[in-house]
Amino acid sequence: MTVIATESLSKRYPRVTALDRLSLDIGPGVTGLVGANGAGKSTLIKILLGLSPATEGRAAVLGLDVATHGSAIRERVGYMPEHDCLPPDVSATEFVVHMARMSGLPPTAARERTADTLRHVGLYEERYRPIGGYSTGMKQRVKLAQALVHDPQLVLLDEPTNGLDPVGRDEMLGLIRRVYTDFGISVLVTSHLLGELERTCDHVVVVDGGKLLRSSSTSDFTQTTTTLAVEVTDSDTHPDGTAALRAALTAAGLSLHEGEEQGLPGAGHILLVEATGEETYDRVRDTVADLGLGLVRMEQRRHHIAEVFRDNDQQQLVRKGAGSDGA
Amino acid sequence: MAPDTSTQIHNIGYRSYEGPRLGRAYARKSLFSQSLRGAYGLGRSAKSKVLPMILFAVMCVPALIIVAVAIAVPGSTDLPLKYTTYALTTQVVIGLYLASQAPQSVSRDLRFKTVPLYFSRPIERADYVLAKYAAMASALFILTATPLLIMYIGSLLAKFDFAHQTEGFAQGLVSVLLLSLLFAGLGLVMAALTPRRGFGVAAVIALLLIPYGAVSTVQAVAYSTGATGAIEWMGLFSPISLIDGVQAAFLNATSAFPGQEAPSTGVGIVYLLVVLGLIAGSYAALMARYRKAGL
Repeated sequence: MTVIATESLSKRYPRVTALDRLSLDIGPGVTGLVGANGAGKSTLIKILLGLSPATEGRAAVLGLDVATHGSAIRERVGYMPEHDCLPPDVSATEFVVHMARMSGLPPTAARERTADTLRHVGLYEERYRPIGGYSTGMKQRVKLAQALVHDPQLVLLDEPTNGLDPVGRDEMLGLIRRVYTDFGISVLVTSHLLGELERTCDHVVVVDGGKLLRSSSTSDFTQTTTTLAVEVTDSDTHPDGTAALRAALTAAGLSLHEGEEQGLPGAGHILLVEATGEETYDRVRDTVADLGLGLVRMEQRRHHIAEVFRDNDQQQLVRKGAGSDGA
Repeated sequence: MAPDTSTQIHNIGYRSYEGPRLGRAYARKSLFSQSLRGAYGLGRSAKSKVLPMILFAVMCVPALIIVAVAIAVPGSTDLPLKYTTYALTTQVVIGLYLASQAPQSVSRDLRFKTVPLYFSRPIERADYVLAKYAAMASALFILTATPLLIMYIGSLLAKFDFAHQTEGFAQGLVSVLLLSLLFAGLGLVMAALTPRRGFGVAAVIALLLIPYGAVSTVQAVAYSTGATGAIEWMGLFSPISLIDGVQAAFLNATSAFPGQEAPSTGVGIVYLLVVLGLIAGSYAALMARYRKAGL
């Protein structure tokens, strides 16, 4: 079954082309839509909700044509906007009940579903207090709740992790994952951080300048794009621990990225290692241990959208280089 | 060992909703009743009930006094005030009510950007505008028709002429219905121009008071210089004098214009057309306003 299908969808404004012959085919599950600001993500969501006509091409959501069935689509789809959208002077319960009724739920059902949904997104006693006093994380949960309250078949989440601290981000990403695994609601989630979508999504679509750059399952991405940042201490035997590790890792057959963070403080002490799988982590750990160095950190780097292009270019260069070496 | 299932507390987990989805018309109706209740502070904080309730009381008290006087004074055969005059004499209260509640109704959704949440649901722009407009007009109608109802009941208790009172009451109702539609439209348009509530309040008050002051002044000047023909045309330029003119021409009302210079029937038609045009124009302006306020 296809949840979202677009066929050479274009949207042109007098001076900008927001979408340029975009063809997508998105199935059930959690799908990430990645793009820089202005890549056309919000325009796509507007068209999918049937609120803005496409200049050309077609789009269907849950098998319904967006141009003719906008109202029916919006009854079965939930939307969480990127910006603040909550009035501060009402409680989360009152607000979500009102929004449930706006989605066509009868009064009693609206109350029941509101209580259930707020509990599922993790709002308990505080749901009776005015929203104005909530933290950013709690507000994001209310925004998510109003998108889920009418039990849609698909939710469109626009930058749901915006403004959250790392812990809040992880909680929100976990919640988004549960929306599909526990609630059975398909998710289209946008972000400009590829790294966080890799961990949440089954499928990632990358758009840039209104064009489809890449569409593939997340495992493909992880294989080619995960980078480990490694920092080690120096020791008496190895006064420059970083250089020693670099030599050892290269000798062990791992490929290192260069020059990623030059000019930043501490950049010279951080090695960027391309991770091809679980064994890379063990290899780095063992190599550091063999050299007798202290491992200060080893972490996955979050990727920004620009790195997708650069990594692709680099890999092509590396492959060319490897080919000529072999010749 | 099998667990004793009869005493277990189950986490029921996520339940999907299989019940009815009542669609656009229901959502529009819900938004209408929520906005109408909100216009009197119902379903909102205790603080927001204070002003509308006080203004409602202030509107009703003179009607009660009129009724009391009519009943108490022996030999009286009619109410001391016409039904159609009531709204004109209490226009400041009506203005204050509109200025305080119109921004509350529309500015909040704009200011807190709640509007996109409505439009991502089955309802469309027209449903939203219609529900908000109808709610504001109904709130004004309740405010302006309740005192007339008090007067009508009082006149019946005083055993005044039934046919005469009923006719006057009906004329009064038509008049305040027109007034409610006109004022609600103008008030909402002014309030929807700005997401800032304070500006909205000021804009509504300015729209009602400044033209009225100017029109009254020019009319008074025209009256004192003997240019009485100009008076009926001047009334076209302020909301309350428009209503005054319409009801003086068609609803047997006494005009509040200087020298009670009521518009003739011909000019009265112009008044009526301007009122209806403003109501339609307000609706169109609100529709245009929300075209941009979407997602």
